[in-house]
Amino acid sequence: MMASLAELGRFVLDRLGRLGRANLFLLQLLRALSFLFRRPSLLVKQLHAVGVLSLPIILVSGLFVGMVLGLQGYANLVDFGATSSLGTVVALSLIRELGPVLTALLYAGRAGSALTAEIGLMRATEQLASMQMMAVDPFPRVLAPRFLAGCIAVPLLTGIFTAIGILGGYLVAVVQLGVDGGSFWAQMQAKVQLLADVGNGVLIKSTVFGLVANWIALFEGYQAQPTSEGVSLATTRTVVDTSLAVLGLDFLLTALMFGEW
Amino acid sequence: MKQKNLELAVGLFVALGLAAFFILAITVSDLSSLGDDKGYRVTAHFENIGGLKARAPVTLGGVRIGRVVGIGLDPQSYEAVVTMSIDPKYDRLPTDSSASILTSGLLGEQYVGLEPGGMDSYLKEGGTLKLTQSALVLEKLIGRVFTNMASGDPTPSKTP
Repeated sequence: MMASLAELGRFVLDRLGRLGRANLFLLQLLRALSFLFRRPSLLVKQLHAVGVLSLPIILVSGLFVGMVLGLQGYANLVDFGATSSLGTVVALSLIRELGPVLTALLYAGRAGSALTAEIGLMRATEQLASMQMMAVDPFPRVLAPRFLAGCIAVPLLTGIFTAIGILGGYLVAVVQLGVDGGSFWAQMQAKVQLLADVGNGVLIKSTVFGLVANWIALFEGYQAQPTSEGVSLATTRTVVDTSLAVLGLDFLLTALMFGEW
Repeated sequence: MKQKNLELAVGLFVALGLAAFFILAITVSDLSSLGDDKGYRVTAHFENIGGLKARAPVTLGGVRIGRVVGIGLDPQSYEAVVTMSIDPKYDRLPTDSSASILTSGLLGEQYVGLEPGGMDSYLKEGGTLKLTQSALVLEKLIGRVFTNMASGDPTPSKTP
């Protein structure tokens, strides 16, 4: 009985400590960002790693998600003779939810895990420690460029994912299933609002998700046990924690943005 | 050379991302939702607005000429006050135009439909539409049918 209570206490304290360390880590990270104005080449390299190299998976999944939405939407709407609002269905679900969320999840799997593994190995092989030995702070040189690059890349990837998804929906609906192309776009334009939908959904959500995904990835890498087991555990945790955080935050943001209270 | 290629790829990536936002802004959403404040405000009093919501379209002859920007209640007359923003392109609406709340399709969303009148003076900022027709509330309609049936209208089926 006592032992299990102590176990619970240890668990809670451990979690709280982790949360505190993560926040301190984020503060340090934000403070180090100004260094990038002096060395933008560091940023370019990381943007390539997390952004450009994530493009193929984002493009392919976006296209297929849009096509599936088109097919499913058609199958359901055709019963009501409302296939002309298929454009609205595809665009709104992509812009408000699927675009930001799926991009963040894919990003966590594709780039977040790589970031954790990279930083974790740097720590395991004592590269970060040796930088500190030479009086070089690893935050501005190593961590800040990766963080900022990720925060820039996620909104851009979300925009690309959403746009290509809508194109996929168009391909299935109009080209294959024969929905009228004019009403597809017209209904979409009538219902999708620039600030309320694109601004809230794509821009704000993806910015928040990008921040969280990169924060978790870098923190897990930085905190990883310097063993091969520790790095693998940290990588797994990055993907799991990011996915949970993104889905939870998505509910919160949706409730704030689109819920009517 | 390596750095050059890297920069090129990143530049392309950023350009692609920005282009995607541009496409979303231009082709997917209507940019006109930004220009709400350019229109002039017109109000109309309705007995019942049914399920009309803010941002519902205002049409004339089926053409969208503005949108509903606010819905309130007149504390004196207990009538619903609907404020509409009309595109300044359409500044020649007669003052005796009438407004009615219509439904697009059987189950579609509700919108405000205007019918032009014949006066020579035109609606301006802050103008009011006097002639209005409330929304068709399905429950009331059904209720009326039932009361008619209960009151024993001489319908052909009842005659012996």
